[in-house]
Amino acid sequence: MAGRGPEEEVAVGVPAPPRLEMDDVHKRFGATVALAGVSLSVAPGRVHALVGENGAGKSTLMKVLSGAIQADRGSLRLDGRPYRPRNPLDARRAGVAMIYQELSLAPHLTVEENILLGMEPTAFGFVRRGEVRRRAVEAIRFFDHPEIRPDVQVRRLTVAAQQLVEIARALAVGCRVLVLDEPTSSLTQQDVERLFDLIRRLKAQGHAIVYISHFIEEVRRIADRVTVLRDGEAVGTGDAGELTAGQIVSMMVGREVKDLYPRSKRTPGEPILEIQDLAGATKPAAATLTLCRGEVLGIAGLVGAGRTEMLQAMFGLAPLRGGTIRVAAYTGPASPRARWKQGAGILSEDRKAEGLALSMTVADNVTLSKLGGFGPLGLVLPGRQAAAAERWIERLDIRCRGAGQRVLDLSGGNQQKVAVARLLQHDVDVMLLDEPTRGIDVAAKAAIYQLIDDLARGADGREPKGILMVSSYLPELMGVCDRIAVMCRGRLGPAHPIAEVSEEQLMLEATGQGDAA
Amino acid sequence: MTSAPPELPVDAGPQGRFSVDWLYWINLLGPVLALIAVYLFFAALTDWKMLRLAAVESIIIQTVIVGTAAVGMTVVIISGGIDLSAGSMIAFSSVAGAYALVKLGFPPILAVAAAVCAGSMCGLLNGVIITRVKLVPFIVTLGMLLVVRGAAKGLAESAPININNEWIAGFVKTLAPGERWKLLPPGGWIMILLAVGFWALLRYTRFGRHVFAIGSNEQTARLCGVGVEQVKIFVYGLCGACAGLSGVMLLSRQNQGDPTGAMGYELDVIAAVVIGGGSLAGGEGSIVGSIVGALIMTVIRTGCNLLGLQPWITQVVTGGIIVLAVALDRLRHRRAT
Repeated sequence: MAGRGPEEEVAVGVPAPPRLEMDDVHKRFGATVALAGVSLSVAPGRVHALVGENGAGKSTLMKVLSGAIQADRGSLRLDGRPYRPRNPLDARRAGVAMIYQELSLAPHLTVEENILLGMEPTAFGFVRRGEVRRRAVEAIRFFDHPEIRPDVQVRRLTVAAQQLVEIARALAVGCRVLVLDEPTSSLTQQDVERLFDLIRRLKAQGHAIVYISHFIEEVRRIADRVTVLRDGEAVGTGDAGELTAGQIVSMMVGREVKDLYPRSKRTPGEPILEIQDLAGATKPAAATLTLCRGEVLGIAGLVGAGRTEMLQAMFGLAPLRGGTIRVAAYTGPASPRARWKQGAGILSEDRKAEGLALSMTVADNVTLSKLGGFGPLGLVLPGRQAAAAERWIERLDIRCRGAGQRVLDLSGGNQQKVAVARLLQHDVDVMLLDEPTRGIDVAAKAAIYQLIDDLARGADGREPKGILMVSSYLPELMGVCDRIAVMCRGRLGPAHPIAEVSEEQLMLEATGQGDAA
Repeated sequence: MTSAPPELPVDAGPQGRFSVDWLYWINLLGPVLALIAVYLFFAALTDWKMLRLAAVESIIIQTVIVGTAAVGMTVVIISGGIDLSAGSMIAFSSVAGAYALVKLGFPPILAVAAAVCAGSMCGLLNGVIITRVKLVPFIVTLGMLLVVRGAAKGLAESAPININNEWIAGFVKTLAPGERWKLLPPGGWIMILLAVGFWALLRYTRFGRHVFAIGSNEQTARLCGVGVEQVKIFVYGLCGACAGLSGVMLLSRQNQGDPTGAMGYELDVIAAVVIGGGSLAGGEGSIVGSIVGALIMTVIRTGCNLLGLQPWITQVVTGGIIVLAVALDRLRHRRAT
């Protein structure tokens, strides 16, 4: 194996300070405590996993580590020496490299240019291309991936290969601590195996690796130690081999999960959405489902299975290749505008890029899909728009200074409530909710679950709605839905009544092993 | 662009210092204060000559061409687009108006309509190409800049078409002593009425909300069922119509339809919008601001002229002030949000 450095000795047990130490790190944003005294110690040649729910403080902790933000209190040490990065460049120089979920490569540059970006060897101001090539080849040889050639443009590579280029870049600057943030979320199973293989080799070379993930099984396979974060605190640390998945989950959640998901007695009515053999441009390949008034139908599946594409094709946001769609009394494809008129509404999975016009006000965002009825002669009077929005601000407890505040300034949970309020304001019967609780805190999640239950039940004497909910978080689907169907590689399976299905079975179906089981 | 929501007893978040109404007025007032400052600055340097009513009138008259076109450009920029063909459309419309009046013998009012129509058609064509061929506005309107300029030269057979019409010439002529009660010549009032109309259009209609939504986040607009394509075509059509009206003003001032007139005006127009708080990223901008932006540029020019500065100095000063104005605007935005 390449790279026998002094680290190798450390790995075999000569006493040495931990590679990375964090001691009692505090950070608050305004009134929100993001980190309430987190301590962490990572030895060289070890993989240390960080797990926790969204909002538990993982990303804040990593931002402190990478110098993107500074801790209010507490200390960091790198190989025993104080480490206080003022910015990400500082951190990089000190040898702490972050590999984020969103890769940060320059897509139009080649692999070698990316690897040596910002540290190109030069002679008289000119880049020494031969030297660049030599060092790049050296960096990527380690990966055993022949398709990553040094002269190919990065955008032509797969996501998995791009991730490796990013890791190569980290190694080329001589990193000592490698932080991987959800590295497998967009990889295929085969790529995950190859990544794990690489992590093991990096570990053997003495690199310290911090591994952040939602996937507990994955963490138990690859990590040596696990730290669970909850509400900004490290609530538990242990050897990965000794902790069971159940123990980790209960530490993550820290409460009885059942209360979170209200499910009152619902009586499904007539079908209001029927889809037959729906096919999109690439995904989905075939989807058939029926949604009734007064029920919550869940769509489970892995990221990239084609669930979002199915909703978009259904709603006229993506091209259709085939199949029939019936919304209430209307059959056939339709534009988003027509869908809203037919009584269907969609909540985007990506509220920042698609769901909300961030620079516009709460009032504008809530009323955007239906600007009628706010004044005579079809005029839109801002006062009446605001009055309509105030109602939902109160009902959904949206924390803002008023309907005139820009959505940009709200927290993620409150932004999501604004996006949901649009569906309520429009009073649609068919609600397509794509990852309705992504990236929001537990309190906001609970509020959304309660709302979904109220809508499906028909609370306050309103007519029950039909809700189609896509989520990657199985416990949530299990808690909220009446029936669940699984999408795997663009194909939607049959909908199972919630009483007849287990999380394990859904997971097997999602990974394409449903038939074998 | 917000109304006055009742104050809610909610604790303001970490960013909260201004309430939203304040923000709206500050955004509006910023350019106005800048205008007053620049105006007083030059007035003080020129023995307060610029404070006379006649000087004010002259400044407004000189702003009419750019100001009228800036009204339409504001809508385009709020929608997240840009129209580089504005200058060419102004020239083309002035030629079309002169052509209709002189060569076709139209009555003056119809010649004016012909000019506005010519501009609108160019604008609609911009919109259609942008939405149907799905090219970015910068490229499409850059091409149209040349196409429309060429068409203007073709229509005029490469020479200005002289007109001799009192009514049209009166649009931007200084008022005769007996007509002082009118305050401004018709051109000035047309610009002001146009601005008020467009302000109301943006603020109180569904179309206006849709324009802001598209500029703020086109995907959201589409998701919410906004007819993004139709709205965009209409937006560029409106910009063309305003450029057409601006062409009428050019025709009025020069007494000829000049195919080489209004050269480079698109940049003045865009600068006016940007000084007035418009963001080239879309979603932001105000009609009042754009008119004020156009006035600021005229005031600088007039002031430099009165000071007897050479034209090159005027240009350097104008350019510097554009950058400064936008830099201040961004600084204010960063503070406020």
